[in-house]
This record gives sequence, structure tokens and C-alpha cells, in this order.
Amino acid sequence: MAKVIVVTSGKGGVGKTTTSASFATGLAMKGNKTVVIDFDVGLRNLDLIMGCERRVVYDFVNVLNNESTLKQALIKDKHCDNLFVLPASQTRDKDALTEEGVERILNELKKDFDYIVCDSPAGIEKGALMALYFADEALIVTNPEVSSVRDSDRILGILAAKSKRALNGDEPIKEHLVITRYSPKRVELGEMLSIDDVKDLLGIPLIGVIPESESVLSASNSGVPVIHDIDSNSGQAYADVVDRFMGVNLPLRFLNVEKKGLLSRIFGN
Amino acid sequence: MQTEVDDSVKLEAAVDLKGSVFTLPVLQICSGSIDAIESELTERLSAALKFFKHAPVVIDLEKLSGQNLDFSALLKLLARQDLVSVGVRNGSAQQNALAVSAGLAVLKGGPLQNILVQESSESVEKPKAEHRTDKVVEEKKNNKGLSSATKIVTQPVRSGQQIYAKGGDLIVMAPVNPGAEIVADGNIHVYAPMKGRALAGVMGDTKARIFCQSMEAELIAVAGNFRVFEDQIPSDIRAKSVQAYLDGDHLVVAPL
Ligand SMILES: Nc1ncnc2c1ncn2[C@@H]1O[C@H](COP(=O)(O)OP(=O)(O)O)[C@@H](O)[C@H]1O
Ligand SMILES: [Mg+2]
Repeated sequence: MAKVIVVTSGKGGVGKTTTSASFATGLAMKGNKTVVIDFDVGLRNLDLIMGCERRVVYDFVNVLNNESTLKQALIKDKHCDNLFVLPASQTRDKDALTEEGVERILNELKKDFDYIVCDSPAGIEKGALMALYFADEALIVTNPEVSSVRDSDRILGILAAKSKRALNGDEPIKEHLVITRYSPKRVELGEMLSIDDVKDLLGIPLIGVIPESESVLSASNSGVPVIHDIDSNSGQAYADVVDRFMGVNLPLRFLNVEKKGLLSRIFGN
Repeated sequence: MQTEVDDSVKLEAAVDLKGSVFTLPVLQICSGSIDAIESELTERLSAALKFFKHAPVVIDLEKLSGQNLDFSALLKLLARQDLVSVGVRNGSAQQNALAVSAGLAVLKGGPLQNILVQESSESVEKPKAEHRTDKVVEEKKNNKGLSSATKIVTQPVRSGQQIYAKGGDLIVMAPVNPGAEIVADGNIHVYAPMKGRALAGVMGDTKARIFCQSMEAELIAVAGNFRVFEDQIPSDIRAKSVQAYLDGDHLVVAPL
């Protein structure tokens, strides 16, 4: 049975799209037929991160409005055979996101795919609500800072109250916490919340910690999800998230400030 | 008037008049100045505002001692605060006449509780035994299990969420996070960290109490008397098991 996974956070700029791209890529690399949908109608970001922006002809809204078939709109990823992208439109036609329309498309995708990853826009408006409404599982993307944690808490409240599963009284959405842009140094300096602080407050299982890293930016600029950058710690951290999602038990990595060599400790930086 | 237990629809009757007893919040007016009332009300309501949204209120004129009031301006002001004025009490004959012409009902005294204005006042009487007519008793019987209902919450209450135990106590067995609000007409118990806002006795029960296993709240209120913990919670109660209750007008938050 196909699974719908929403990547959501409430707050913008925390790493939802970065996470959606790498997570969907990771699932596909493990042999799962995966599609990632950009719900950020009007902004359209995912296709850039996935490096397929030049191949966008039809988009999610076209399919919702029956202006194209799903097949015409799905873009095959250039690195993975199992991976497809359903891009958002650039127009601001947010009204196109209706419950019936989204459900129709998800049901059609469920026939072909193992995983449907929904990249949510920020906020708690229509787009975000539609992205999470049909979810079976959720990746809650949070930065270790108060406002991001607060917004994630809000989104968890909405998942528990306003999702289809909640409204139908079905088994609740399975929630996973992804802490991104984690900087051990800033945590040590007290400028960021610790992992325990975030976990305590949100009270949901942690599936991974993605360190703050420059490789994310260069990956975005080159349109290759950072999980392909197997030398970078953030790429490896995303690979761990995918493994844990598939049930592999792995310890957390990249949580501590890297110990400096003896010489640099003596002579400073 | 007959009080009916079952709600079966009577097809013949277009209306059916039934007796019911309600507890209403009372707004005690202590000044004839609409501006003064507005600024005071805005300040007092802001913390508990959402729970008084669209609440019916009774306007108590006792403290005005016959002084006249611009009722239509007052009604507009209360409407702006999302309060629905239902009537006046303790008015002079002249005030009552003005109130009626402004569309308000005149209510006779009775065991109503003062919740919005906290000045200690003899007018907050306790319900007298003889006020409990047969009808009241019967009504209570009919509503058994409803009016005394205790609400139990086992899921975390998260930022932006609001839980209201109407007509009874609220027991929360999971964390109440910052930005979450829990409200009860009766008492509140929280058997987990309490980091949001808790408002007990919102319909005026000054005997209501709040019990928290770990006091980390942003706001605690009992019957409209509240304390905001903006920066630091005093160390004697912070993350401790506490109870909050009213001692006269004073809201006490003390370790258990
Ligand atoms: N682990 C990380 N390290 C460094 N920068 C990151 C990381 N994750 C995300 N970013 C950067 O943060 C910005 C916002 O990321 P994005 O995934 O678009 O967030 P969202 O979709 O939540 O708005 C982008 O510039 C992205 O490159
Ligand atoms: Mg995004």
C-alpha cells in the first residue's frame, strides 16, 4: 500500500524542501518507487533543488484543473529511475488546491508509487493544510530555536486535529522529528536549543539530526539533492534518516563539536 | 411550564417554551464613563479574551448608585469586545427604564456570580437555599452527567490549541505546551509539564483551583483573576508541583 508522507514545519526556511528532496531521493535509491510533490503553489522551489526546472511543462495545478494528465506533468529524475517530481505552478492560483482535486491525484499516484512525499509550504494556510490532510506519516522539520519549535508544535496540533486521519478517527499520523541546520558549536555557546530541549517540548520520536553545512547550499545551487554528496556530513545525515525510516537502527551522528587537533588547540584557530 | 427530559421533536408545535437555569458572568459597572469602562475591560479581558468570546453577560448597576449611563454606547462597546449583553440587574427604576429601551432585559438579583470585575464586594452573595426552587433541582437532575462532567485529555495540548471543559473539571495527563490554552468552568489538573495557559473557574467559580505537577506556565487564572509569568517564574514554584487558588481577590500560586 502506498504511503503519503508530508514534510512540514509551520515555519518557512527551516529546510522542508531540502529535506523533501533528499528524503525522496533516498527512498528511491533504496528501490522504492517514489514521487515528490511541491505543494508550494506560487513559489515553486522543489524543481530547482531537484535540478529539473528546465523540464517543467505542466505542473500540479494543471493536473488539478484537468489541463494535463498526471503522466504529462510528472518529471523523471535524472539520477534515479524510481523517482519522479510533480512540480508546483508559478502562478498564484491557490484556489486550485481543493480537497477533491488533491485526493483524486493522490489516489491515482497510489496505484503506481510506493511513497508519495508532499513538500509543504510554510504557514498553516490552505496549501499547508492540503499537504498534510491526506498524510499517513509526517516528517516534522524543526530548527533548534524557539520560534521554529513553537511552529512545529502548532503543526503537530493540526495533524492531531485536522488531518483526514484525525477527523475520521483512524490511527493517528505517524510523526517523525527531523532537526535540521543543527550547529553543535552554537548549541555549546547556548545560542541554540539542544536536541533534548527540542525533543522534550515536541515529544515525538527523533528520526535524524541534519547539521548546518555549506554543502547544502552548493547542492541546491547545482540542483543535486545533498544526499548524493556522500562526503558531506549533511548528506550522510539524510541517508541515515532514510535508513531509520526503513527500520534500520542507527546511532545519531554529527552532534558534537569536532575535536580540534592538539596543535590547533594550543595555537587557537 | 413543563421541563422535558427527552428532546423528541413535536411536529405540531412551532415553538416550545422551557424553563432553564443558567449561570451568567456579571459585569459590574463602577463608572459612568464609557471610555474608562472600555479601557479597563480591554485590559482585563485580553488575557482570557477568547473564552469570553460571544459570552452572554449581565450588566450589574449596583455600584453606579443611580448614576446614569449611556446604555447604547455601552452595548456597542461590549459588542466590540464580542460580548453579548443580555440584561441589567440592581438598577434604579430610571436606569431599568433606560436599559429596557436600549433592548436589554431587567433581571432580578439572584445567585449570579461576579467574574469580570474583582473588587471584593458584598454583592457577590452565595446562592441561598430558598433560591433553589423545584425547577432548579429538577434541571440539575436532568443534566446530571453533563453539568458535572469531567473532561480528561490524554494527548499533548499544543501551541494554538484550546481545550475547554464546559460545566466541569479538566484533567490533562499530557504536556500543555507554550501557546496552548486549557480552560475549565471548574478545576484544572495537569499531570505533566504545564507550559501554556490555564484558566479555571472561567464562569465565575471563585472556589476553583488549578493543580500542576510541574509549574512552567505562561498564565494562571482563577475566576478572572490572573497572573502572567512573562519572564521568570519565581524559583519557589518553578517546575514544582503547585496549586493556584483565590484568597479573596488575591491569586495564590503555592507549592503543594
Ligand atoms: N542543513 C542545512 N545547512 C545549511 N543550510 C541549510 C540546511 N538546510 C537548509 N538550508 C538552507 O536554508 C534555506 C531554506 O531551506 P528550504 O529547504 O528551502 O526551507 P523551506 O522549504 O522549509 O522553506 C535554503 O537556503 C537552504 O539552502
Ligand atoms: Mg520550501
